[in-house]
Amino acid sequence: MAKKEAAAVARPINTTSKSAYTWHLVKRNWACYVMMLPFFVLFTIFTIVPVVLSFPLGLTNFNLVQFPRFIGLQNFYSLFVNDDVFLIAIRNTLIFAIFTGPFSYVLSFILAWLINEMNPFFKVFFTFVFYAPSMTPSAFVIWQLVFSGDSYGYLNSVLMDLGIINTAQQWLTDTTYMMTVVIIVQLWMSMGAGFLALRAGFQNIDDSLYEAGAIEGIQNRFQELFTITIPAMGPSLLFAAVLAISGAFTVGGVGATLCGMPSTNYAVHTIMNHAQDYGSIRYEMGYASAICMVLFVAMLVTNHLIRKALSRYTD
Amino acid sequence: MASDKRLTAEKQAAIQEKKLRKLRRRHVNINTVHVKKSKGKHINGSLAGDISIFILLALLGIFMIFPLYYSIIQSFKPISELFVFPPKLYVISPTTENFSNLFKVAGNLWVPFSRYVFNSVFITVVITIMHVFVCCCCAYVLSKCRFPGYTVANQIIVTSLLFTSTATGIMQFVVMAKMGMINTYWALILPSVATPMGLYLMRQSMSTINDSIIDAAKVDGAGVFRTCWQVVIPNQKPAIATLIIFVFQGAWNVQGGALVYQENLKTLPTIMSQIAAAGIARQGIIYASAVVLMIPPLVIFLIAQSNVMETMANSGMKD
Repeated sequence: MAKKEAAAVARPINTTSKSAYTWHLVKRNWACYVMMLPFFVLFTIFTIVPVVLSFPLGLTNFNLVQFPRFIGLQNFYSLFVNDDVFLIAIRNTLIFAIFTGPFSYVLSFILAWLINEMNPFFKVFFTFVFYAPSMTPSAFVIWQLVFSGDSYGYLNSVLMDLGIINTAQQWLTDTTYMMTVVIIVQLWMSMGAGFLALRAGFQNIDDSLYEAGAIEGIQNRFQELFTITIPAMGPSLLFAAVLAISGAFTVGGVGATLCGMPSTNYAVHTIMNHAQDYGSIRYEMGYASAICMVLFVAMLVTNHLIRKALSRYTD
Repeated sequence: MASDKRLTAEKQAAIQEKKLRKLRRRHVNINTVHVKKSKGKHINGSLAGDISIFILLALLGIFMIFPLYYSIIQSFKPISELFVFPPKLYVISPTTENFSNLFKVAGNLWVPFSRYVFNSVFITVVITIMHVFVCCCCAYVLSKCRFPGYTVANQIIVTSLLFTSTATGIMQFVVMAKMGMINTYWALILPSVATPMGLYLMRQSMSTINDSIIDAAKVDGAGVFRTCWQVVIPNQKPAIATLIIFVFQGAWNVQGGALVYQENLKTLPTIMSQIAAAGIARQGIIYASAVVLMIPPLVIFLIAQSNVMETMANSGMKD
């Protein structure tokens, strides 16, 4: 990158120190800063300042009424040593992240690719169909009817008619099924932003690449996918990966709505649920901030690893 | 290995030539006749493959579309069918009663219903326009310009994508209260304008653009701003369409919550959920309001997506 920088801007003769050179570059690229300005001003006010202000909150005892009281690392100590539910939440979050993250990522890539092979009308049609669950934020509540625990639940009644089970199963309150049910619904909802971005990425690939490929003797779709398509859309892949990570680690809403909060034996209780529990039910904001901080660090580490793995295709 | 290398070289040459041709065309500004490309599928596909893909997608599609279908069906059911157990997947005697009831309730509100519609439309349009403008400017600079602070700015964006709003919500409210924004339109608009996701989407997409057309524009004397809006953005239609879909959907669903408390500043989703909060007696209205709220994002989605397809089909022609 440094090489590129030097190549883009010829080094002036009369500057000597590094700081003078940097200042020269700043002056030379003033238009870039002006173009960045609107975004970064708004971004600083509404995201960076709140984030920075909420970091110290994790070191305090804050109940929203009294002024925050500094208690050092005690929140983190009680999180990892005294809070059994938090340990369950970590385990559940990891299970969700492992199952929903990679699966939803691969699934949205495969679907975006398959849709890309259709003709223009079906491209729009199928993109719409697969994106539909994300378009209505609360549509997944319908799954409550499907997995309902009495014999009127769709799944129960179908299975009982077929003679596979003979008593109604408590899909949403029996700890043996809850995790699976929530993972299925989560995967169903996962064709969201990442999926659309991948669709756009496929769309952006130049047709002449495929023509060149055909001349070079590419035989079938799979060869085309691995030799042309994937290398050409690295940045979109990375974008979808980042979204998949943050999506997988912040799972919680679906479980809370379908199985209730807290769920039976905390079977689908995630770190996110835990933060909401302390933040918006018990009003222990300091503790909730500490929980969010742990989650943030976990996501940062995973993101770093994924970027390493995908670095072959980017930059 | 040798053939691989030749392939890449050929690829590069092909892209460059094409982009340059495109650019030249734009500069000369000849009124070209737009011919729709008839080829809808890839060169390397087979018919059997197409059919099996279609069947696979159709089967999965039924599973995906089910809840949307179900809400629409429910909204057309008369009260006698709504509570039948187990719920039917079709309507026997469809009625628009739920929709007329919804608008009857909405018409009796203290603030005229049109005010809520205006609030939502206004907020959504302003957020969408501002977001697209601000993000495109910033994304171009972050993807294609090299300047001191470039790496830091990019790192901030990527890191902020991972931060959850649960922890920052309270502090965001405090900051807005200190600035005197609470209970104004600004409280609903400004936080949604500069979101890292849209910026990152555009940045990633713009970084695939070949440097040669940007250099060509520079040589022709275009500044950073002109290069961005006249050369880069016209090549980014798929990404911009996607961006518009996201931001419109997000903006349309802005609830307001604690940010505005005055009745005539509230948005349509807020008021719809208030109407729906009456519970079981308004079962039909709940589905009807969900369907009504779904329409604008759906229309935007279809317009944006089909536009993308058309542009791409046109750009393949030879001049």
